[in-house]
Amino acid sequence: MKQLIGSVFVLVMGLFLWSLVPLLGPSAGYLSTYFTQHGVADNHTANLVTAVVVNYRGFDTLGEVLVLFASVSGATFVLRRRDGLPTAQPWPASEFLATGARALFAPLVVFGAYIFVHGHLTPGGGFQGGAVVASAVLMLLLVNRDRHLPHGLMTWLESLSGFGFVLTGLIGLAVGGSFLSNKGLMPLGEWNTLFSGGLIPIIYVLVGIKVGAELSALLDVMFHSTGDADHQEGQA
Amino acid sequence: MMLAIDFVVVAVIFVAAVGAMSCKNLVSSVLLGGLASLVASYLFLRMGAPDVAMTEAAIGAALTTVIFLVATRRTQEVEE
Amino acid sequence: MNELTLYYLAAMSLMLVGFMGLVWKRNLIKMVLAFTLIDTGAHLFLVALGYLPGATAPIVDDAGMFAQAQSLMVRQGAVVDPVVQALVLTAIVIGVGVTALMLSYVVRIYARRGTLDIAELRRLKW
Repeated sequence: MKQLIGSVFVLVMGLFLWSLVPLLGPSAGYLSTYFTQHGVADNHTANLVTAVVVNYRGFDTLGEVLVLFASVSGATFVLRRRDGLPTAQPWPASEFLATGARALFAPLVVFGAYIFVHGHLTPGGGFQGGAVVASAVLMLLLVNRDRHLPHGLMTWLESLSGFGFVLTGLIGLAVGGSFLSNKGLMPLGEWNTLFSGGLIPIIYVLVGIKVGAELSALLDVMFHSTGDADHQEGQA
Repeated sequence: MMLAIDFVVVAVIFVAAVGAMSCKNLVSSVLLGGLASLVASYLFLRMGAPDVAMTEAAIGAALTTVIFLVATRRTQEVEE
Repeated sequence: MNELTLYYLAAMSLMLVGFMGLVWKRNLIKMVLAFTLIDTGAHLFLVALGYLPGATAPIVDDAGMFAQAQSLMVRQGAVVDPVVQALVLTAIVIGVGVTALMLSYVVRIYARRGTLDIAELRRLKW
């Protein structure tokens, strides 16, 4: 009976989705027209998506980073106490993996930093760069399963970058008249050079650091599921 | 030509998704889900969204798969 | 069949397969995996909404196009819609956070009950 209801549900859903297809066409809403027209002139960024993410919809990005922070803290909270929790058995890393991971760690971090520093010029940005940094951390965790990230440092990185994001937004509010405004504070610079786009590269670097720290903390908690307090208890 | 490649890619996505749902072995189904995500990032690239393609490849295909694999391993471990 | 229909087809088939898995599967990890498939399908759908056949990516990387953009004369339909791309960009990152939260609940439930089968988790029902 349940299977039948499920099948009917899926069938109705499929018909509904399929009936939508003829209605859909290329969208040319007011906002997208405005952003494609004014994005470059307003911000001098080559990448329009970055202009939308960081500047026009920067407040949404702040909320999004907050949601990521909330979900990571939720996962940490759920997995915090270790009693009766099955831990993944540490398996020994092969020599090949260990050497490769140690050799690749620094280049991967530098590559992630490159991606988020050039977020306003090339595809990429804070989120992608942060993910690359987190995969560098992942390699370290794969090689040495007992290694713990320095929680104090991660907390500081995360808090400072989040604080910097809000502070930049408030400075924009004071100088340019709206939250995260890109007017008046910094010169927009020459298009397609590294120092262009006003506040946009600064904010994207902060977002990159924050996302990298959060995703690394997420991987750490999935691998170990022992928080800071638990760790200290074990030592005492 | 590009359309033919797109067709193959969509077919791969569909097969990988169905396989991910119907495979008996949890690890293989997680890996097939990662494959569907990775191939979807090619479609994002074709739709003129290189930013989204990078995000999907780095986060959707890599980090999500790793998190799934860790969770799978932790739930299959025999408790002592 | 043009390419846009193909992209919609891919998005919808991913979402449908995800719904099927959500309805029919009883293993918790598979249900979370079905959620991520629906997620990817929805992302494909949204980006396909902004796609214009023949348009380039929204990156102004040559001088002629920059001159057009400076004088606010970008041709209609020259670049694809950046708004949906920005939306999907952040949605993917949120997706991994939510997936990790669900998986940590799964690990916690397994530690408590020793099973991943939702049919055996009676107390989840109300």
